Amino acid sequence: MRDTRHQLVWLLGIAGALLVVRYSLRALDMEYCLTQLTMALYYSMVVLGLCLVMGYCGQVSLGHGAFFAIGGYTTAVLTTAHFDRLARSPIGGWLQDLHVLVARQDAFGHPAISFNPWAGFMAAMGLTAVIALLIGYPALRLKGHYLAMATLGFGLIVNKLVLGTAALGAADGINGVPRWTLLPGLIVSGRSEHRVANFYIAAVLLLVVLWLLRNLVRSRIGRALLAIHDRETAANAMGINTAGLKLKTFLLSALLAASAGVLFTHYTGGIGPSESGVMKSVRYLALTAAGGMANLWGACVVSTLLNYLSLRGLFGTFDHAVFGVLLIVMISVAPEGPLRPIGVWLRAQLLRCKPERRPSHGPA
Amino acid sequence: MDLLNVSNVRRCFGGLVAIDKVTFKVAAGRIQAVIGPNGAGKTTLFNLISGLLLPDEGVISFKGKAITGLKPWRIARAGLSRTFQNPSLFMQMSALENVMVGRHLRSQSGFWRSAFRLAGQRQEESAIRQAAEAQLAFVGLESVADAPAASLAFGQRRMVELARALATEPELLLLDEPASGLNTGDKIALARLILKIRERGVTILLVEHDMNLVMGISDEILVLHNGVPLAEGPPAAIQNNPEVIKVYLGGDFQHAASG
Amino acid sequence: MDEASLLLQYLLSGITKGSIYAVVAIGFNLIYSATGVLNFAQGEFVMLGGMVAVSLARLVPLPVAVFGAVVIVAVLGCLLELLFFRRLRRHTVLHLIIITIGLSIVIQEVALHVWDEKVRALPYFTGNEISSIRFLGAAISPQAVWVLGTVGVVVVALHAFLKYSLAGKAMRACSSNPEAAMLAGINIPVMRNLSFGLSAGLGALAGCVISPITSTHYEMGAPLAIKGFAAAILGGLGNPMAAVAGGLSVGTVEAFSVMLWPAAYNDVAAFGIILLVLFFRPEGLFGRRAGQGVREH
Repeated sequence: MRDTRHQLVWLLGIAGALLVVRYSLRALDMEYCLTQLTMALYYSMVVLGLCLVMGYCGQVSLGHGAFFAIGGYTTAVLTTAHFDRLARSPIGGWLQDLHVLVARQDAFGHPAISFNPWAGFMAAMGLTAVIALLIGYPALRLKGHYLAMATLGFGLIVNKLVLGTAALGAADGINGVPRWTLLPGLIVSGRSEHRVANFYIAAVLLLVVLWLLRNLVRSRIGRALLAIHDRETAANAMGINTAGLKLKTFLLSALLAASAGVLFTHYTGGIGPSESGVMKSVRYLALTAAGGMANLWGACVVSTLLNYLSLRGLFGTFDHAVFGVLLIVMISVAPEGPLRPIGVWLRAQLLRCKPERRPSHGPA
Repeated sequence: MDLLNVSNVRRCFGGLVAIDKVTFKVAAGRIQAVIGPNGAGKTTLFNLISGLLLPDEGVISFKGKAITGLKPWRIARAGLSRTFQNPSLFMQMSALENVMVGRHLRSQSGFWRSAFRLAGQRQEESAIRQAAEAQLAFVGLESVADAPAASLAFGQRRMVELARALATEPELLLLDEPASGLNTGDKIALARLILKIRERGVTILLVEHDMNLVMGISDEILVLHNGVPLAEGPPAAIQNNPEVIKVYLGGDFQHAASG
Repeated sequence: MDEASLLLQYLLSGITKGSIYAVVAIGFNLIYSATGVLNFAQGEFVMLGGMVAVSLARLVPLPVAVFGAVVIVAVLGCLLELLFFRRLRRHTVLHLIIITIGLSIVIQEVALHVWDEKVRALPYFTGNEISSIRFLGAAISPQAVWVLGTVGVVVVALHAFLKYSLAGKAMRACSSNPEAAMLAGINIPVMRNLSFGLSAGLGALAGCVISPITSTHYEMGAPLAIKGFAAAILGGLGNPMAAVAGGLSVGTVEAFSVMLWPAAYNDVAAFGIILLVLFFRPEGLFGRRAGQGVREH
């Protein structure tokens, strides 16, 4: 019960922080920054999922950008393509009655019949689940660097497929993605009058995900993941279905990334092939490492901050290089995350004694 | 009733025959030991029984059902747990958390219930914690419950691993050289502990080099030599078996038996 | 052009590309054998070789430019090992791979800033872009002959080096049993450095010789690294000669895949090979069966 009060305090604190951010930006007449901040928050959702898979479960994924893209592209295609022929069929009529297929105007102002964003979301979840299971099942049986290469290969395939297919917009991606009404009054859209509301939507969704993952990590499941990461054989001998748990975790993180992709696409009104590229996947990896591999809060904060700065153009032409350097530095200096060594160093300074080195331990 | 039935098991590594024609039974409620010189195949046998290795030939059944070829976690869920020769604790966790992992297969909360912290899950969590604390107390280490596993002494790690295996509520417990690295006092305490475990209704199969310990607590002993069974029987029979004495016990044991 | 000559054309193009993948794969294997690191920045050595050669070619004759590029990039490889990888000894293999991925991104971006994003190319060593040699009904560019010839010489020389020379045997000893090698008096750090330098130099040479055909631009490193990796694991990691077979196979499959699906999906063939090998036969065609512990239990 003390924990519940604790959580309530955190909740109020965060709500306060959100309000502070929003109103100070208004005061500084920089409300347009909310747009990049919202996008950064959606990217952070991907990083949280990756944190679970990599930091807790110890499985490397170099292809999470692909899941983000699968989510985004699925909903983009379903909500912008013309499904007139389907609409005229008997099933189509039924779908229209259920408002799964809706009439709208496409980017050129012509009437079109496409799917409702909710249908796009559902389809994205379904497709992502199937692909994650297909890829995860064989890949997660591989060790360390082979798993890394397999997920990299997977990401590259998705990237190439997306770049080379005209129906997916090839190099230009898909635009004109309509807004998504989550609930009456809560609309994911990029229009400036919805800007503030969308910032809150993104922040709240991210926090909900953070809360859910935090609960997961502190439970029997979280312990089992750490056990798998630490010593998979012993975990197996203790009755933990290691293969099954790894797959479920991978699936969860893929669904999270895809959800972020769907939200992002409806927010920005489009998606492009770069979202599935190696650069983005490496970026997610770098941010997970920089936030502290097994540190959900750290991942959130670092990811939101750095993605925001990147989107604002702070890194200029060195954008990719920054994350490359970040990755190198983080992994070489503090593979378990920067916060612990900093804490150890600080404590040593305060106590004026030699910092003890915890045994360095990395994923298998 | 025979809890464990090992039948004609054979396992090779490349050209080397590690185990051959090994057949024995473990009756419920007994303490049974497997002894033999180094390289006799004892740990291989354990790995075969607990599912970490697949036998080339032969069948292993537990509680009447075949477990050959099952993954280790399924075997654990059937009621067969083990400890390892080198204590394999999860170094990133505390002693208590290690033992709590042992409760994993006796609890249910999955992803949904844990993520949303539904009421049943919270109750289950505290039940897990209590059960784990009880096991740690049973092995006498409740004082180091929150110490990081990496900071424990070797003997303590052994005990925590034992507590963890006990937390799975096994019917058959495989102990892989539990006394190695312990001093005499700790060995005596270990012997008493093993007897207490048997009192709880757990059957024990152990691999051990310390003859005093083995002869002192075992009901039945299997002697392996070069991967093949050499003799089987109660301690008295084994001690007086001329082949065993020649191959394994030798003069050293005559001295120890009388000492 | 009739069916048979078309197929031959594909085959030749596949072998030409494949020989470059083979060189990258050899580089992967050399470093992997000596240090256990999968050096993802291998592709960048190829890119740098071409870029440096193009810049040098403005000042000195072509052969000197190529030679200079190879030497410079080889030295760079040695420096990388000396200043960077040597300090990371205590890290797990996985960390090192991630670091090399970060490194390849950094090298790429540095190249972008030094040379800008324009596509460059070395002039054809002999002939020009329209000259061709007729071979059994197919047309092959003289530069492709240069590629095949160079790679062929490299492979033979490397094989001889590893098999017959003292340094080569020392390198092989290092990879199969570092402790024993050390006890035998082999200087491990020097061997590691040598493997980096050799891989970098070979990569640079490949980059120079392929430049007239495929051009050189700052982003070419990553796809090459991945296809080189596909070639390396197809042949079996740790086996430099099998990498040649791997490389030629990947190149050929890629060339013939044009018959199956649109050219835009060309690369998917190589990436698909990675997945297929890792999922179904991780030890590759010539590797030992699961000896390296590729899979978990």
